[in-house]
Amino acid sequence: MAILETKKLTRKFGDFIAVDSLDINIQAGETFAFLGPNGAGKTTVIKMLTTLLPASSGEGFICGFNIKTEPNKVRSMIGYVPQLISVDGTLTGIENLLLFAQLYDIPSNECKPRVLDALDFMGLKEVAKNPVHEYSGGMIRRLEIAQSMLHHPPILFLDEPTVGLDPIACKTVWDHIQQLKKEFNTTIIMTTHLMDEADHLCNRIAFMSRGKIVACGTPIELKDSIKKENGTLEDAFIYYTSETLSNETSYRNISRDRKTAKKLG
Amino acid sequence: MKQFIRKTWVIAEFEIRKILHDPTEVLLRAVQPALWLLIFGQVMARTRMLPGKNYLDFMSPGILAQSVLFVSIFYGIAIIWERDLGLTHKFLATPTPRIALVLGKAISAGVRCVPLMIIIYILAAMLQVNIVWNLINIIGVIFLLLFGAILFSTFSLIIACLVKTRERFMGIGQIMTMPLFFASNAIYPISIMPEWLKVISHFNPLTYMIDGMRLLMIGTASDFSLLTDYMVLSVASILMVLIGGTLYKRVII
Repeated sequence: MAILETKKLTRKFGDFIAVDSLDINIQAGETFAFLGPNGAGKTTVIKMLTTLLPASSGEGFICGFNIKTEPNKVRSMIGYVPQLISVDGTLTGIENLLLFAQLYDIPSNECKPRVLDALDFMGLKEVAKNPVHEYSGGMIRRLEIAQSMLHHPPILFLDEPTVGLDPIACKTVWDHIQQLKKEFNTTIIMTTHLMDEADHLCNRIAFMSRGKIVACGTPIELKDSIKKENGTLEDAFIYYTSETLSNETSYRNISRDRKTAKKLG
Repeated sequence: MKQFIRKTWVIAEFEIRKILHDPTEVLLRAVQPALWLLIFGQVMARTRMLPGKNYLDFMSPGILAQSVLFVSIFYGIAIIWERDLGLTHKFLATPTPRIALVLGKAISAGVRCVPLMIIIYILAAMLQVNIVWNLINIIGVIFLLLFGAILFSTFSLIIACLVKTRERFMGIGQIMTMPLFFASNAIYPISIMPEWLKVISHFNPLTYMIDGMRLLMIGTASDFSLLTDYMVLSVASILMVLIGGTLYKRVII
Protein backbone atom coordinates (compact mmCIF):
# COMPACT_ATOMS: atom_id res chain seq x y z
CA MET A 1 0.00 0.00 0.00
CA ALA A 2 1.18 3.49 -0.77
CA ILE A 3 2.22 5.44 2.32
CA LEU A 4 1.48 8.68 0.49
CA GLU A 5 -0.97 9.18 -2.31
CA THR A 6 -2.44 12.23 -3.99
CA LYS A 7 -5.31 12.43 -6.46
CA LYS A 8 -5.49 15.53 -8.64
CA LEU A 9 -4.15 17.63 -5.76
CA THR A 10 -4.37 21.28 -6.81
CA ARG A 11 -3.64 24.63 -5.19
CA LYS A 12 -4.54 27.94 -6.71
CA PHE A 13 -3.61 31.43 -5.50
CA GLY A 14 -6.17 33.62 -7.25
CA ASP A 15 -5.79 32.82 -10.93
CA PHE A 16 -2.31 31.39 -10.48
CA ILE A 17 -2.15 27.59 -10.34
CA ALA A 18 0.77 26.77 -8.03
CA VAL A 19 0.18 23.00 -8.05
CA ASP A 20 -1.78 21.51 -10.91
CA SER A 21 -3.64 18.16 -10.56
CA LEU A 22 -0.79 16.33 -8.88
CA ASP A 23 -1.00 12.53 -8.85
CA ILE A 24 1.74 10.80 -6.91
CA ASN A 25 2.10 7.48 -5.22
CA ILE A 26 4.96 6.89 -2.78
CA GLN A 27 5.73 3.52 -1.19
CA ALA A 28 6.97 3.00 2.38
CA GLY A 29 10.74 3.23 2.70
CA GLU A 30 11.28 5.33 -0.44
CA THR A 31 13.35 8.49 -0.53
CA PHE A 32 11.51 10.71 -2.96
CA ALA A 33 12.51 14.17 -4.16
CA PHE A 34 10.62 16.95 -5.86
CA LEU A 35 13.19 18.68 -7.98
CA GLY A 36 12.43 21.90 -9.74
CA PRO A 37 13.31 25.53 -10.22
CA ASN A 38 12.16 28.14 -7.71
CA GLY A 39 8.46 28.74 -8.06
CA ALA A 40 7.79 25.29 -9.53
CA GLY A 41 5.39 24.47 -6.71
CA LYS A 42 7.59 22.13 -4.62
CA THR A 43 7.10 23.91 -1.30
CA THR A 44 3.37 24.32 -1.96
CA VAL A 45 3.07 20.54 -2.39
CA ILE A 46 4.89 19.96 0.90
CA LYS A 47 2.73 22.55 2.67
CA MET A 48 -0.44 20.83 1.49
CA LEU A 49 0.82 17.38 2.47
CA THR A 50 1.87 18.62 5.92
CA THR A 51 -1.64 20.14 6.40
CA LEU A 52 -0.33 23.71 6.54
CA LEU A 53 -2.10 24.80 3.41
CA PRO A 54 -5.56 23.63 2.34
CA ALA A 55 -5.78 22.21 -1.17
CA SER A 56 -8.05 24.04 -3.60
CA SER A 57 -9.20 20.70 -4.99
CA GLY A 58 -8.17 17.06 -5.13
CA GLU A 59 -7.21 14.75 -2.30
CA GLY A 60 -4.17 13.57 -0.41
CA PHE A 61 -3.65 10.61 1.90
CA ILE A 62 -0.83 9.95 4.31
CA CYS A 63 -0.71 6.50 5.94
CA GLY A 64 -4.33 6.22 4.80
CA PHE A 65 -5.45 9.41 6.54
CA ASN A 66 -7.05 12.19 4.53
CA ILE A 67 -5.05 15.45 4.77
CA LYS A 68 -8.24 17.49 4.64
CA THR A 69 -10.58 15.61 6.97
CA GLU A 70 -8.10 14.01 9.40
CA PRO A 71 -5.35 16.63 9.73
CA ASN A 72 -4.44 15.80 13.34
CA LYS A 73 -3.90 12.12 12.53
CA VAL A 74 -1.75 13.14 9.57
CA ARG A 75 0.27 15.49 11.81
CA SER A 76 1.15 12.69 14.23
CA MET A 77 2.33 10.52 11.31
CA ILE A 78 4.76 13.07 9.89
CA GLY A 79 7.93 14.90 10.77
CA TYR A 80 8.53 18.17 8.98
CA VAL A 81 11.65 20.27 8.56
CA PRO A 82 10.63 23.51 6.86
CA GLN A 83 12.96 25.37 4.55
CA LEU A 84 13.14 28.20 7.05
CA ILE A 85 14.61 27.78 10.52
CA SER A 86 12.33 25.94 12.91
CA VAL A 87 14.29 26.01 16.16
CA ASP A 88 14.36 28.85 18.64
CA GLY A 89 17.74 30.55 18.97
CA THR A 90 17.18 31.66 22.57
CA LEU A 91 16.50 28.13 23.84
CA THR A 92 19.14 25.40 24.20
CA GLY A 93 19.25 22.32 21.96
CA ILE A 94 17.72 20.17 24.71
CA GLU A 95 14.95 22.70 25.38
CA ASN A 96 14.04 22.93 21.70
CA LEU A 97 13.66 19.16 21.55
CA LEU A 98 11.81 18.86 24.87
CA LEU A 99 9.27 21.42 23.68
CA PHE A 100 8.49 19.43 20.54
CA ALA A 101 8.63 16.05 22.31
CA GLN A 102 5.67 17.23 24.36
CA LEU A 103 3.85 18.72 21.38
CA TYR A 104 4.22 15.34 19.63
CA ASP A 105 2.41 13.60 22.54
CA ILE A 106 5.39 11.60 23.76
CA PRO A 107 4.57 10.47 27.34
CA SER A 108 6.23 12.75 29.95
CA ASN A 109 8.53 10.09 31.38
CA GLU A 110 9.85 9.17 27.94
CA CYS A 111 10.53 12.73 26.75
CA LYS A 112 13.96 13.23 28.30
CA PRO A 113 15.50 9.85 27.26
CA ARG A 114 14.05 10.25 23.74
CA VAL A 115 15.52 13.76 23.46
CA LEU A 116 18.96 12.66 24.69
CA ASP A 117 18.96 9.72 22.23
CA ALA A 118 18.01 12.04 19.37
CA LEU A 119 20.79 14.50 20.25
CA ASP A 120 23.28 11.65 20.44
CA PHE A 121 22.09 10.20 17.12
CA MET A 122 22.53 13.55 15.38
CA GLY A 123 25.97 14.15 16.93
CA LEU A 124 24.84 17.09 19.04
CA LYS A 125 25.38 15.67 22.52
CA GLU A 126 28.33 17.96 23.27
CA VAL A 127 26.41 21.16 22.49
CA ALA A 128 23.04 20.06 23.86
CA LYS A 129 23.06 22.62 26.65
CA ASN A 130 24.24 25.55 24.53
CA PRO A 131 21.77 28.11 23.22
CA VAL A 132 20.99 27.39 19.59
CA HIS A 133 22.13 30.83 18.39
CA GLU A 134 25.67 29.54 19.02
CA TYR A 135 25.19 26.57 16.62
CA SER A 136 26.58 26.39 13.08
CA GLY A 137 24.22 26.07 10.10
CA GLY A 138 24.81 22.31 9.79
CA MET A 139 24.20 21.78 13.51
CA ILE A 140 20.93 23.72 13.31
CA ARG A 141 19.73 21.55 10.43
CA ARG A 142 20.64 18.39 12.32
CA LEU A 143 18.83 19.66 15.40
CA GLU A 144 15.78 20.38 13.26
CA ILE A 145 15.85 16.86 11.84
CA ALA A 146 16.23 15.45 15.36
CA GLN A 147 13.26 17.59 16.43
CA SER A 148 11.11 16.19 13.63
CA MET A 149 12.02 12.57 14.35
CA LEU A 150 11.34 12.53 18.10
CA HIS A 151 8.02 10.73 17.70
CA HIS A 152 9.54 8.29 15.15
CA PRO A 153 7.12 9.23 12.36
CA PRO A 154 6.79 6.92 9.34
CA ILE A 155 7.22 9.90 6.98
CA LEU A 156 9.70 12.76 7.16
CA PHE A 157 9.31 15.86 4.97
CA LEU A 158 12.46 17.86 4.31
CA ASP A 159 12.00 21.13 2.45
CA GLU A 160 15.36 22.08 0.92
CA PRO A 161 17.32 20.46 3.77
CA THR A 162 20.73 21.80 2.77
CA VAL A 163 19.89 25.27 1.47
CA GLY A 164 22.58 27.70 2.59
CA LEU A 165 24.98 25.06 3.92
CA ASP A 166 28.61 24.66 2.89
CA PRO A 167 29.60 21.34 1.19
CA ILE A 168 30.99 19.79 4.38
CA ALA A 169 27.89 20.62 6.40
CA CYS A 170 25.76 19.27 3.51
CA LYS A 171 27.65 16.00 3.57
CA THR A 172 27.14 15.60 7.34
CA VAL A 173 23.41 16.31 6.98
CA TRP A 174 23.16 13.77 4.14
CA ASP A 175 25.01 11.14 6.21
CA HIS A 176 22.62 11.67 9.07
CA ILE A 177 19.56 11.42 6.80
CA GLN A 178 20.86 8.11 5.47
CA GLN A 179 21.57 6.80 8.97
CA LEU A 180 18.07 7.77 9.99
CA LYS A 181 16.62 5.87 7.09
CA LYS A 182 18.66 2.81 7.95
CA GLU A 183 17.70 2.87 11.62
CA PHE A 184 13.97 3.68 11.36
CA ASN A 185 13.14 2.83 7.72
CA THR A 186 11.59 6.29 7.46
CA THR A 187 10.02 7.32 4.16
CA ILE A 188 11.69 10.59 3.21
CA ILE A 189 10.08 13.16 0.97
CA MET A 190 12.21 16.13 0.13
CA THR A 191 12.38 19.12 -2.14
CA THR A 192 15.61 20.41 -3.52
CA HIS A 193 17.12 22.16 -6.46
CA LEU A 194 20.48 20.54 -5.94
CA MET A 195 21.07 17.75 -8.47
CA ASP A 196 23.80 16.17 -6.35
CA GLU A 197 21.58 15.96 -3.37
CA ALA A 198 18.75 14.27 -5.25
CA ASP A 199 21.12 11.91 -7.07
CA HIS A 200 22.93 10.99 -3.87
CA LEU A 201 19.96 10.44 -1.59
CA CYS A 202 16.87 9.52 -3.58
CA ASN A 203 15.36 6.35 -5.04
CA ARG A 204 12.91 8.33 -7.09
CA ILE A 205 12.77 11.89 -8.36
CA ALA A 206 9.92 13.95 -9.75
CA PHE A 207 10.87 16.95 -11.89
CA MET A 208 8.39 19.74 -11.27
CA SER A 209 7.74 22.67 -13.48
CA ARG A 210 4.91 25.20 -13.34
CA GLY A 211 3.04 23.14 -10.76
CA LYS A 212 3.14 19.90 -12.71
CA ILE A 213 5.29 16.79 -12.64
CA VAL A 214 6.98 16.73 -16.04
CA ALA A 215 8.99 13.55 -15.44
CA CYS A 216 9.27 10.99 -12.66
CA GLY A 217 11.53 8.00 -12.14
CA THR A 218 14.72 6.69 -10.59
CA PRO A 219 17.80 8.88 -11.16
CA ILE A 220 19.07 6.30 -13.69
CA GLU A 221 15.75 6.17 -15.56
CA LEU A 222 15.67 9.95 -15.79
CA LYS A 223 19.25 10.16 -17.05
CA ASP A 224 18.61 7.41 -19.63
CA SER A 225 15.36 8.92 -20.79
CA ILE A 226 17.04 11.86 -22.50
CA LYS A 227 19.12 9.56 -24.72
CA LYS A 228 22.33 11.48 -24.27
CA GLU A 229 25.66 9.79 -23.83
CA ASN A 230 26.89 10.15 -20.24
CA GLY A 231 23.85 12.28 -19.52
CA THR A 232 23.71 13.63 -16.01
CA LEU A 233 20.73 14.38 -13.83
CA GLU A 234 21.35 18.04 -14.56
CA ASP A 235 21.06 17.36 -18.29
CA ALA A 236 17.78 15.57 -17.68
CA PHE A 237 16.56 18.41 -15.51
CA ILE A 238 17.36 21.00 -18.17
CA TYR A 239 15.80 18.79 -20.84
CA TYR A 240 12.51 18.57 -18.97
CA THR A 241 12.26 22.01 -17.42
CA SER A 242 14.28 24.37 -19.62
CA GLU A 243 11.23 26.13 -21.05
CA THR A 244 10.36 27.42 -17.64
CA LEU A 245 13.71 28.19 -16.11
CA SER A 246 13.71 31.91 -16.75
CA ASN A 247 11.49 34.57 -15.16
CA GLU A 248 9.80 32.09 -12.86
CA THR A 249 11.27 33.19 -9.57
CA SER A 250 9.35 35.65 -7.49
CA TYR A 251 10.79 38.30 -5.18
CA ARG A 252 9.30 36.41 -2.25
CA ASN A 253 11.05 33.13 -3.13
CA ILE A 254 14.41 34.78 -3.68
CA SER A 255 14.08 36.71 -0.44
CA ARG A 256 13.14 33.54 1.49
CA ASP A 257 16.08 31.55 0.08
CA ARG A 258 18.56 34.29 0.81
CA LYS A 259 17.25 34.82 4.33
CA THR A 260 17.55 31.12 5.13
CA ALA A 261 21.01 30.97 3.58
CA LYS A 262 22.09 33.99 5.63
CA LYS A 263 20.77 32.56 8.88
CA LEU A 264 22.38 29.17 8.35
CA GLY A 265 25.62 30.48 6.93
CA MET B 1 -8.96 18.27 27.64
CA LYS B 2 -5.94 17.02 29.60
CA GLN B 3 -3.89 17.13 26.39
CA PHE B 4 -5.13 20.64 25.69
CA ILE B 5 -4.06 21.91 29.11
CA ARG B 6 -0.73 20.10 28.88
CA LYS B 7 0.09 21.57 25.49
CA THR B 8 -1.04 25.06 26.42
CA TRP B 9 1.24 24.91 29.43
CA VAL B 10 4.16 23.54 27.35
CA ILE B 11 3.94 26.51 24.97
CA ALA B 12 3.71 28.95 27.89
CA GLU B 13 6.52 27.23 29.81
CA PHE B 14 9.02 27.48 26.96
CA GLU B 15 8.09 31.11 26.29
CA ILE B 16 8.79 31.77 29.98
CA ARG B 17 12.14 29.97 29.68
CA LYS B 18 13.02 32.34 26.84
CA ILE B 19 12.33 35.32 29.11
CA LEU B 20 14.53 33.78 31.80
CA HIS B 21 17.36 33.20 29.29
CA ASP B 22 17.27 36.86 28.27
CA PRO B 23 15.37 39.14 30.65
CA THR B 24 16.77 42.35 29.09
CA GLU B 25 13.61 43.15 27.15
CA VAL B 26 11.34 42.75 30.16
CA LEU B 27 13.54 44.98 32.28
CA LEU B 28 13.79 47.67 29.60
CA ARG B 29 10.02 47.64 29.34
CA ALA B 30 9.93 48.94 32.92
CA VAL B 31 11.50 52.25 31.89
CA GLN B 32 8.32 53.60 30.35
CA PRO B 33 5.97 53.07 33.32
CA ALA B 34 8.73 54.40 35.59
CA LEU B 35 8.80 57.65 33.56
CA TRP B 36 5.02 57.93 33.68
CA LEU B 37 4.97 57.52 37.43
CA LEU B 38 8.07 59.50 38.33
CA ILE B 39 7.62 62.44 35.95
CA PHE B 40 4.07 62.64 34.59
CA GLY B 41 2.55 61.41 37.85
CA GLN B 42 4.55 63.70 40.11
CA VAL B 43 3.82 66.77 37.96
CA MET B 44 0.13 66.01 37.57
CA ALA B 45 -0.16 65.41 41.31
CA ARG B 46 0.58 69.13 41.77
CA THR B 47 -2.36 70.20 39.60
CA ARG B 48 -4.92 68.91 42.10
CA MET B 49 -6.94 67.51 39.21
CA LEU B 50 -8.86 65.27 41.60
CA PRO B 51 -9.84 67.36 44.61
CA GLY B 52 -9.40 65.52 47.90
CA LYS B 53 -7.65 62.60 46.21
CA ASN B 54 -4.02 61.69 45.78
CA TYR B 55 -3.40 61.68 42.01
CA LEU B 56 -0.53 59.19 42.27
CA ASP B 57 -2.87 56.77 44.08
CA PHE B 58 -5.34 57.18 41.25
CA MET B 59 -2.78 56.84 38.51
CA SER B 60 -0.63 53.87 39.64
CA PRO B 61 -3.14 51.13 38.73
CA GLY B 62 -3.69 52.94 35.41
CA ILE B 63 0.02 52.83 34.66
CA LEU B 64 0.19 49.14 35.55
CA ALA B 65 -2.68 48.44 33.15
CA GLN B 66 -1.05 50.66 30.53
CA SER B 67 2.16 48.61 30.77
CA VAL B 68 0.17 45.40 30.30
CA LEU B 69 -1.50 46.95 27.24
CA PHE B 70 1.77 48.14 25.69
CA VAL B 71 3.60 44.85 26.25
CA SER B 72 0.69 42.77 24.94
CA ILE B 73 -0.41 44.85 21.98
CA PHE B 74 2.97 44.46 20.28
CA TYR B 75 2.99 40.71 20.87
CA GLY B 76 1.81 40.15 17.31
CA ILE B 77 5.19 41.24 16.03
CA ALA B 78 6.70 38.17 17.74
CA ILE B 79 4.19 36.02 15.85
CA ILE B 80 5.26 37.57 12.53
CA TRP B 81 8.90 37.14 13.56
CA GLU B 82 8.33 33.44 14.33
CA ARG B 83 6.54 33.05 11.00
CA ASP B 84 9.45 34.64 9.16
CA LEU B 85 11.86 32.33 10.98
CA GLY B 86 9.84 29.17 10.23
CA LEU B 87 8.87 28.24 13.81
CA THR B 88 5.18 28.80 13.17
CA HIS B 89 5.22 26.29 10.28
CA LYS B 90 6.76 23.78 12.62
CA PHE B 91 4.24 24.39 15.42
CA LEU B 92 1.34 24.08 13.00
CA ALA B 93 2.65 20.77 11.63
CA THR B 94 2.44 19.15 15.09
CA PRO B 95 -0.75 17.56 16.43
CA THR B 96 -1.39 20.54 18.72
CA PRO B 97 -4.76 22.31 18.91
CA ARG B 98 -4.41 25.80 17.42
CA ILE B 99 -6.20 27.25 20.43
CA ALA B 100 -3.58 25.71 22.74
CA LEU B 101 -0.81 27.38 20.71
CA VAL B 102 -2.54 30.76 20.89
CA LEU B 103 -3.52 30.51 24.55
CA GLY B 104 -0.05 29.29 25.59
CA LYS B 105 1.56 32.29 23.93
CA ALA B 106 -1.03 34.64 25.45
CA ILE B 107 -0.36 33.28 28.95
CA SER B 108 3.34 33.89 28.44
CA ALA B 109 2.54 37.51 27.52
CA GLY B 110 0.87 37.71 30.94
CA VAL B 111 3.89 36.23 32.69
CA ARG B 112 6.03 38.81 30.89
CA CYS B 113 3.98 41.50 32.66
CA VAL B 114 4.51 40.14 36.20
CA PRO B 115 8.04 41.59 36.62
CA LEU B 116 6.60 44.94 35.46
CA MET B 117 3.94 44.66 38.12
CA ILE B 118 6.58 44.07 40.79
CA ILE B 119 8.60 47.09 39.61
CA ILE B 120 5.49 49.30 39.51
CA TYR B 121 4.48 48.21 43.02
CA ILE B 122 7.98 49.06 44.29
CA LEU B 123 8.02 52.46 42.55
CA ALA B 124 4.53 53.24 43.78
CA ALA B 125 5.53 52.34 47.34
CA MET B 126 8.56 54.65 47.03
CA LEU B 127 6.20 57.45 45.94
CA GLN B 128 4.10 56.77 49.03
CA VAL B 129 1.11 55.53 47.11
CA ASN B 130 -1.41 53.96 49.50
CA ILE B 131 -1.16 50.39 48.28
CA VAL B 132 -3.30 47.66 49.84
CA TRP B 133 -0.68 45.11 50.90
CA ASN B 134 -3.05 42.20 51.11
CA LEU B 135 -2.12 38.88 49.46
CA ILE B 136 -5.64 38.22 48.18
CA ASN B 137 -5.78 41.68 46.59
CA ILE B 138 -2.35 41.19 44.99
CA ILE B 139 -3.43 37.80 43.58
CA GLY B 140 -6.60 39.50 42.31
CA VAL B 141 -4.45 42.09 40.51
CA ILE B 142 -2.33 39.31 38.97
CA PHE B 143 -5.47 37.64 37.59
CA LEU B 144 -6.68 40.93 36.11
CA LEU B 145 -3.24 41.41 34.59
CA LEU B 146 -3.30 37.87 33.12
CA PHE B 147 -6.76 38.34 31.61
CA GLY B 148 -5.74 41.73 30.22
CA ALA B 149 -2.54 40.33 28.72
CA ILE B 150 -4.36 37.33 27.20
CA LEU B 151 -6.99 39.65 25.76
CA PHE B 152 -4.69 42.25 24.24
CA SER B 153 -1.93 39.87 23.11
CA THR B 154 -4.46 37.68 21.31
CA PHE B 155 -6.04 40.78 19.79
CA SER B 156 -2.56 41.65 18.59
CA LEU B 157 -2.08 38.11 17.22
CA ILE B 158 -5.34 38.43 15.30
CA ILE B 159 -4.14 41.69 13.72
CA ALA B 160 -0.80 40.03 12.87
CA CYS B 161 -2.62 37.11 11.20
CA LEU B 162 -4.59 39.58 9.10
CA VAL B 163 -1.90 42.08 8.09
CA LYS B 164 0.98 39.54 7.93
CA THR B 165 3.90 41.97 7.53
CA ARG B 166 5.96 43.69 10.21
CA GLU B 167 5.73 47.10 8.57
CA ARG B 168 1.93 47.11 8.41
CA PHE B 169 1.70 45.67 11.89
CA MET B 170 3.90 48.38 13.41
CA GLY B 171 1.72 51.05 11.82
CA ILE B 172 -1.48 49.47 13.10
CA GLY B 173 0.03 48.81 16.54
CA GLN B 174 0.74 52.52 16.93
CA ILE B 175 -2.80 53.39 15.84
CA MET B 176 -4.31 50.92 18.33
CA THR B 177 -2.48 51.71 21.54
CA MET B 178 -3.10 55.40 22.09
CA PRO B 179 -6.89 55.39 21.43
CA LEU B 180 -7.28 52.40 23.78
CA PHE B 181 -5.22 54.22 26.41
CA PHE B 182 -6.92 57.62 26.08
CA ALA B 183 -10.41 56.12 25.90
CA SER B 184 -9.88 54.52 29.30
CA ASN B 185 -9.81 55.65 32.91
CA ALA B 186 -6.01 55.17 33.18
CA ILE B 187 -4.92 58.74 33.87
CA TYR B 188 -8.25 60.55 34.34
CA PRO B 189 -11.60 59.38 35.71
CA ILE B 190 -14.56 58.58 33.45
CA SER B 191 -16.58 61.26 35.29
CA ILE B 192 -14.57 64.13 33.77
CA MET B 193 -14.67 62.76 30.19
CA PRO B 194 -16.87 64.38 27.54
CA GLU B 195 -20.07 62.39 26.98
CA TRP B 196 -18.99 60.81 23.67
CA LEU B 197 -15.75 59.54 25.23
CA LYS B 198 -17.64 58.18 28.24
CA VAL B 199 -19.67 56.01 25.87
CA ILE B 200 -16.57 54.75 24.07
CA SER B 201 -14.75 54.05 27.35
CA HIS B 202 -17.53 51.66 28.36
CA PHE B 203 -16.75 49.52 25.29
CA ASN B 204 -13.02 49.51 26.07
CA PRO B 205 -11.90 46.40 28.02
CA LEU B 206 -8.92 48.36 29.36
CA THR B 207 -11.38 50.45 31.41
CA TYR B 208 -12.57 47.34 33.25
CA MET B 209 -9.05 46.09 33.89
CA ILE B 210 -8.10 49.45 35.42
CA ASP B 211 -11.35 49.64 37.37
CA GLY B 212 -10.68 46.27 38.99
CA MET B 213 -7.01 47.05 39.59
CA ARG B 214 -7.88 50.37 41.24
CA LEU B 215 -10.20 48.64 43.67
CA LEU B 216 -7.76 45.86 44.51
CA MET B 217 -4.48 47.81 44.46
CA ILE B 218 -5.55 51.08 46.12
CA GLY B 219 -8.88 50.14 47.68
CA THR B 220 -10.79 53.09 46.21
CA ALA B 221 -14.40 52.67 45.15
CA SER B 222 -14.72 51.52 41.54
CA ASP B 223 -17.18 52.53 38.82
CA PHE B 224 -18.21 48.94 38.14
CA SER B 225 -18.37 45.90 40.42
CA LEU B 226 -15.33 43.60 40.55
CA LEU B 227 -17.54 40.83 39.19
CA THR B 228 -18.39 42.99 36.15
CA ASP B 229 -14.69 43.69 35.59
CA TYR B 230 -13.77 40.00 35.69
CA MET B 231 -16.75 39.02 33.55
CA VAL B 232 -15.99 41.54 30.82
CA LEU B 233 -12.31 40.61 30.73
CA SER B 234 -12.83 36.85 30.80
CA VAL B 235 -15.58 36.82 28.17
CA ALA B 236 -13.55 39.14 25.90
CA SER B 237 -10.42 36.98 26.42
CA ILE B 238 -12.23 33.75 25.57
CA LEU B 239 -13.69 35.36 22.47
CA MET B 240 -10.28 36.64 21.34
CA VAL B 241 -8.59 33.25 21.95
CA LEU B 242 -11.30 31.48 19.93
CA ILE B 243 -10.94 33.93 17.03
CA GLY B 244 -7.12 33.82 17.33
CA GLY B 245 -7.17 30.00 17.27
CA THR B 246 -9.15 30.07 14.04
CA LEU B 247 -6.98 32.69 12.35
CA TYR B 248 -3.51 31.56 13.55
CA LYS B 249 -2.97 29.20 10.61
CA ARG B 250 -3.53 32.08 8.18
CA VAL B 251 -0.31 33.80 9.21
CA ILE B 252 1.75 31.35 7.11
CA ILE B 253 -0.39 31.47 3.97
